[in-house]
Amino acid sequence: MIEPYGKVLILGCGTCMTVCDAGGEREISFLHSALDLAQARSGNGVHSFSEYTIKRQCDLEFLEMLLGRIEDVDAVLSLGCGIGVQAVAERFPDLPVLPGVNTSFMGMTKEWGVWDERCAACGDCRLAETAGICPITRCTKGILNGPCAGAKNGKCEANKDMDCAWILIYQRLERLQQLENMRRYYPPRNFRTIPRPRRIVSKATVEVGVNNE
Amino acid sequence: MSSSLFEEKLNSGEFLVTTEVGPPKGADVSEMAHHIDLLKDKVDAINITDHQSSMMRFPSIGGCLMVKERGGEPILQITCRDRNRLAIQAELLLAFSRDICNVLCLTGDAVDVGDHKEAKPVFDLDSVQLLRVIRTMESGTDMEGNELKGVPKFCIGASVHPEADFIEPQLIKFDKKVAAGAQFFQTQGIFELGSLRRFMQYASQFDVKILAGIIVLSSARMAKYMNANVPGITVSQSIIDELADVEKGKGLQKGIEIAARFIQTIKEERLCHGVHIMAVGNEGIVPDILEAAQTAGTHA
Repeated sequence: MIEPYGKVLILGCGTCMTVCDAGGEREISFLHSALDLAQARSGNGVHSFSEYTIKRQCDLEFLEMLLGRIEDVDAVLSLGCGIGVQAVAERFPDLPVLPGVNTSFMGMTKEWGVWDERCAACGDCRLAETAGICPITRCTKGILNGPCAGAKNGKCEANKDMDCAWILIYQRLERLQQLENMRRYYPPRNFRTIPRPRRIVSKATVEVGVNNE
Repeated sequence: MSSSLFEEKLNSGEFLVTTEVGPPKGADVSEMAHHIDLLKDKVDAINITDHQSSMMRFPSIGGCLMVKERGGEPILQITCRDRNRLAIQAELLLAFSRDICNVLCLTGDAVDVGDHKEAKPVFDLDSVQLLRVIRTMESGTDMEGNELKGVPKFCIGASVHPEADFIEPQLIKFDKKVAAGAQFFQTQGIFELGSLRRFMQYASQFDVKILAGIIVLSSARMAKYMNANVPGITVSQSIIDELADVEKGKGLQKGIEIAARFIQTIKEERLCHGVHIMAVGNEGIVPDILEAAQTAGTHA
């Protein structure tokens, strides 16, 4: 990926990517050393690397901090999430930006070093009816009316390490005495709640122009 | 006018026997044709599976057409795994136009258990929603309310898992399927009649027909493999032991014997309304099972 570029800035992100141990100061420092080492071993030193971390790559304001640091680089290797990579690309139209991580999901830290996906940001939230457990994200089929028949010992047919979301939902609804939520029929999902690519506009924040003429 | 012979049988009060034929991996349909010919007069209907275990195969609708051509009564299995709501409704129109009027509505196995693990899992609908979509189409519109020119009518069924280790959520889903209009249920494999009895104590309050799923096993190894790898199947230890006790090469014969014994008991004690025999790759032995269970006579 970096092969065509001589000077590469490894760009960390100081917020989510830092707490996920995926692209903060620590990780870009490791990656910097690893790339230097790999280059020294291969014996053809064509690349030179530098590193820098900004607070948030997904925020145009913070991207201004890159002014003065990117003018002499050939590419940025961003360890931001997919949004960070795209924000950098959008702000600097002439600068190649490479994804340094493979952004996988929005999750939570289950325990040290273990992250579990929790939200698909689908725009069609069901959590009020499912006892706070998302069937769209945590059921491999994302179905709405209860479990399929594939679970064994409470584990998903697609992944024996993962709990069946619908069994978890059942157990928690029962505990909360809300099983009527599960007995209700849920019609097919509306995949058009907010058409892709999605945009949310807060009218309270943005001054909306009224002159459409 | 299309109509379902199977629906008439369902309403007749007769003990019902259905079985399934798995379409081929490939375009050679000769073996499927052979199985259909062998079974069509011995059972009340033949299910054609829809890429079972998420393995890409000749389509269910193609197999059902073949059952029709050869004079049998097909049950079209439709899963929600591979088609979105447009494709599913279109397939239902095709089925009805060709006089295929029985549909088994399934969610479908996860893509991950099959042979195209990188495919996009669709699941635009689930099994309960699919049942309702069919009832909507029968009322004269597609699921968006647009009028249909030519209105289909189906006999619809669904699946239920009486031996699930967490039975309560399964029963809630069963209720929803009944409310959505399911007329018959073909259960997941039954390996312990106690679970079927318990399930029927619950299910008999509803006006639906229950056909107990009978999976024919050919060895203890196969049973253990299924327990580890096939969603919705849990072979009981007593059946595994029974299969393990026979000498080599006699496993399938034992499997036939076990299946026949289950069918005979279910029929004699009228535990439910019929059986659905799944021979998974051994379709040719279904007549032997029926003969052994002495049910063949009722369909002669």
